[in-house]
Amino acid sequence: MAEIPAPTGERRTGRLLATLIVVMIVLGGVGMTLLARRHWWMLPVASAHGVDVDRLIYTTFAVTGIVFVLVHLLIAGFVWRYGAHGTGRAAYWHDDRTLELTYTLVPAAVLVTLISMGAVVWARVHSPAPADATVVEVRAEQFGWLFRYPGPDGIFGRVDPALISPPGKPGNPMGLDPADPASADDIVTRELHLAVNRPVRVRIRSKDVIHSFFIPAFRVKQDAVPGMTVEIWFTPTQEGSYEIACAQLCGIGHYIMRGKVTVESEEAVLTWLAQQSH
Amino acid sequence: MAVAHGAVHEEHRLGFIRRYIFSQDHKIIGIQYMMTSLFMAAVGGVLAMLIRMELGWPGGHWGVARWLFPGGFSSDGVLKPDFYLAVVTMHGSIMIFFVLTTALSGGFGNFLIPLTIGARDMAFPFLNMLSYWLYPPAIVVLLSSFFVAGGAPNSGWTAYPPLSALRNAAPGSGLGQTLWLVSLAILIVSFLFGSLNYITTVLQLRTRGMSMGRMPLVTWAQFTTAILMLLSFPVLFAAVVMLLFDRHLGTSFFVPSGLVVGGQLVTHQGGNPLLWQHLFWFLGHPEVYVLILPPMGIVSEILAVHGRKPIFGYKAMVASICAIAFLSFLVWGHHMIVSGMNPLVGTAFMVTTLAIAIPSAIKTFNWVATLWRARIHFTPAMLFAIGFVSLFITGGLTGIFLGSPAVDTYFHDTFFIVAHFHFVMASAALFGLFGGLYHWFPKMFGRMMDERLGKMHFWLTFVGIYATFFPMHFLGMAGEPRRYYSPQMYDFLRGLAGLNMFVSVAAFGLGLAQLIFIYNFLRSLFRGPKAERNPWHANTLEWQTESPPPHGNWGAILPTVHRWPYDYSVPDAMDDFIPQTVPAAAVPVAGGALDDGLQGGAVDEPPVAGSERT
Ligand code: HEM
Ligand SMILES: [Cu+2]
Ligand SMILES: [Cu+2]
Repeated sequence: MAEIPAPTGERRTGRLLATLIVVMIVLGGVGMTLLARRHWWMLPVASAHGVDVDRLIYTTFAVTGIVFVLVHLLIAGFVWRYGAHGTGRAAYWHDDRTLELTYTLVPAAVLVTLISMGAVVWARVHSPAPADATVVEVRAEQFGWLFRYPGPDGIFGRVDPALISPPGKPGNPMGLDPADPASADDIVTRELHLAVNRPVRVRIRSKDVIHSFFIPAFRVKQDAVPGMTVEIWFTPTQEGSYEIACAQLCGIGHYIMRGKVTVESEEAVLTWLAQQSH
Repeated sequence: MAVAHGAVHEEHRLGFIRRYIFSQDHKIIGIQYMMTSLFMAAVGGVLAMLIRMELGWPGGHWGVARWLFPGGFSSDGVLKPDFYLAVVTMHGSIMIFFVLTTALSGGFGNFLIPLTIGARDMAFPFLNMLSYWLYPPAIVVLLSSFFVAGGAPNSGWTAYPPLSALRNAAPGSGLGQTLWLVSLAILIVSFLFGSLNYITTVLQLRTRGMSMGRMPLVTWAQFTTAILMLLSFPVLFAAVVMLLFDRHLGTSFFVPSGLVVGGQLVTHQGGNPLLWQHLFWFLGHPEVYVLILPPMGIVSEILAVHGRKPIFGYKAMVASICAIAFLSFLVWGHHMIVSGMNPLVGTAFMVTTLAIAIPSAIKTFNWVATLWRARIHFTPAMLFAIGFVSLFITGGLTGIFLGSPAVDTYFHDTFFIVAHFHFVMASAALFGLFGGLYHWFPKMFGRMMDERLGKMHFWLTFVGIYATFFPMHFLGMAGEPRRYYSPQMYDFLRGLAGLNMFVSVAAFGLGLAQLIFIYNFLRSLFRGPKAERNPWHANTLEWQTESPPPHGNWGAILPTVHRWPYDYSVPDAMDDFIPQTVPAAAVPVAGGALDDGLQGGAVDEPPVAGSERT
C-alpha cells in the first residue's frame, strides 16, 4: 500500500478544475469587468478630490487585477499538471527561505506603495478647507434631508430639539431658536444647491439615528451621527443635478431617503437662495 | 456508534441520555455543535433566498412565500420593508454567530483538538457540555424574536444605536431587539466556556512527544482562535449589557442628548453612539478571524493530505497565524472610516490593516506552493480546499481597496463590502467547513461520504458562489448601498436591475445545490460504506485510532508522537506517509536507513524527554 492508488479520473478532474478556473475566474472576471465598465460603473466623477480617489481606485484595480490573474493562473497550472497519476511521488519539499522571503517582501513593498499613495489622498481630502469655502449644514432625519444656509450674517443660529415642529406640520422642522438673532436669516431648505468650482464646507448632523450623507458622483460619504457635528469639505466641478443617498441603515425608510443636490453657477445659487427666504 | 474494546468501561454504564444528549464526550459535543449549526445554516440560507427574492424583483408578489412567513408579507404577497430588514439582520447574525462560529470552533474545535493532540477528552468535560447546552436556548431566544410584536430586529448584525437603542426608532427595535441582545449574551457565555476549555486542553493535555512545534496546523488555528475569542467576546458582552441597560434601565451609554424620534423628544442624555461602534468592532474584527483561522487550518491539513506533500512553510504558517491573531486586535477602526472619528485615526488603522494583509499573503502563497509538484487526489475535500484558496485570494484583494481610507469612503456600506466579506469570510469559511466535513466525516461517523455527489456539490457551489458574489462588486462600484429594501428609488441605480436579477438567479441555484450536500450527508450517515481507520492515509493522530474513535479515544495507552505531522512522500520511505506515531528508527524504508535530515519538522524540534529518537 505504498500509495493510495490513483483513481483514474484524477488528472481529468484536475484539468476540469483548471479549465474552470481559467474560463470562469480569469476570463469571466476580466470579461465581466470590461462589461461593467460600460454598464455598471461609478458615475462620472463630479468633484475635485474625486479625481484623486478615482485614480487610486484604478491603480488598486490594476495592481490587484494583475495579482488576481497571475495567482489564479498559477493555481490552474498546478492543478492541471499535478493530478495524481502513474507511480511518481510528490516532492518532499517544504521550506525555501529565499522563496518565502520573496513573497513576503514583494507584497510588503507593493502594499507600502499603495498605503503611501492612499495616505496622501486621504490627507488631502481631510486637509483644512480653503478660506473661500462657503458653508452649509446638512441635517438627516428619518427619512429625509434638511439643509440650512447661514444667511448674510454667515452664522448658524442656535437650534433646540424641543422646538422642532411635529412631523407633517410645517413651521420649524429644523428647530431654529427665534431667541437667537443669528437664526433670523438662516435659510432652511429641502434641496441642496451648490456653486460650481467653489469649495464648500458641509456640517453634518442628525436628528434621530445614524444616517450617512452619500453623494456617489462626488465620491463623498460621511455618517451623520446624532450628538455630533462632523464637517467635511469638497469642491463640485460639474454643473448638473445629482442624487444624495443614505448609506447607513436608519430604519424602514432607509431606502427612500433620497436627496438632491444641484450644482450651478454662483449667481444661480444666489437667485435660488433669495427665492427660498421669501 | 462502535464501542471500543474494554477501553473505557465507564461508557457502558452511561445511559442513552448521558451518552448522546447530555454527553461530556468531546466528540459527541462536537457533533452536536455541528448538527445544530448545519440546521441553523439552513435557516440562514432560507433567509438569504428571501433577501435575493426581494432585491431581484423589488416589490414583487410572492404568494407562496407568504404562506411560509405570514407576518412578513402584505396580503397581496409583497414582502414588507420592516420584515426585509429583520431578514437581513437575522441572516447576518445567524450566519456569523450561530453557524460559522459554532460549527468551526464548537464543531471542529471540539472534535479535533483532543484527537489531534492525543488527549482523551477536553480538560473540563462538564464545562464543555454546558457550553453546548447554552447554544440551543440562545437559538430559541433569537428565533422567537420573529414572533413578538414588531418582529425581529431591524438594525443589522452590527446593531448600531440609537437605532437599536430606542424602541420607536424601528418596528424591530422593540422586544425583538431585546431578545437578540439576550440571545447573543447567552451565546457569548457558551463561547467563553468553550474557548477556555480549548486553550487549557492544548496547553495541558498534549500527549508525550506532542510539542507545540509538532502540532498540526488545524490545531494551531483552533488554539489561536480560542485565544481570540477569549479576549474579544467579553468586550461584546459588555457592550450588549450596556445596550440592554440603555434600553431598559434608563442609562445613556450610547444615546446622546437632544434626539427627536417619532416626533418625541428622547429623554436620554450624554451618551455617544461611536462608543458602541468601537466596542462592537473591537470584537467584530477579531471575530472575522475567528471565522477564518479554523478554515485556514483545515485547508492546510487537506492540501497536505490529499496532495500527498508536506505543507509548505510550516513555521511561517504558524508565525502568520499568530501575527494575524495579534494584528486583528488593532484594525477595528477600518470599519469606522466614515463614522465621524478623527481622520488621523483612520490613517493609523490604514497602516495596521495593510500590515495584516502581509501574513495573509504569506499563507496564501504557502498553500499555492504546497500544490507545486504535489500528487493531488481531487477528493471533494481537496476541491473545496483549493476553492477556499481561490475565494480567499479574491476576497483578500478587494480588502486592499477597502484598506485605503479614501477609497473605502466610496465603497463603505455599498455592495462592494458585501462582495468583499462574502468572499473572504462567508464563502471562504463555508468552503473550509465543507472541506473539513468531507475530510473528517469518516472519522466522525465511521462512514464514507459519496464522492460523486461530493464533487457535483463542489462544481455547482464553486460556480454558484462566483456567479452570486462576483457581480456584487459591480453593484458596489455603481454605488448601490447595502441594506436597501429596493434600489429602485434612485435614478443612479436604475441600470442595475438586470444585474440584480442575475445575482438572484445565481443565488437560487447556489441554494439548490446545497440540497445535494444535505442528501449526501444524511444518506452517508446511515448508508455510507464503513470507513477504515485511515482512509486518506494521513499522518495526524486522529487517523491512528478507530473510526469513529471509542470513548476515551485511544484504548488503553495514549499514543506517543515522534515527528511532525507532514511526513508525506518522504523519499525512500516505503509508504508515502509516515504517521506521527512512528518512531524514527521504525520507518520502513525501501533501501537502507532513513536519513534523519529528511524528517522535516521533527529535526527542528528538540527531542522531548523520553523520546525514542536516537
Ligand atoms: C486581506 C486582508 C483584509 C483586508 C485588507 C480587509 C479590509 C477590510 C476593510 C477595510 C473593511 C471595512 C469596509 C467598510 O466597512 O467600509 C472590511 C470589511 C469587512 N471585512 Fe475585511 N479585510 C481583510 C480580510 C478579511 C477577512 C479575512 C475577513 C473575514 C474572515 C473579513 C471580513 C470582513 C467583514 C465581515 C467586513 C464587513 C463588515 C460590515 O461592514 O458589516 N475581511 N474589510
Ligand atoms: Cu439611511
Ligand atoms: Cu475588520
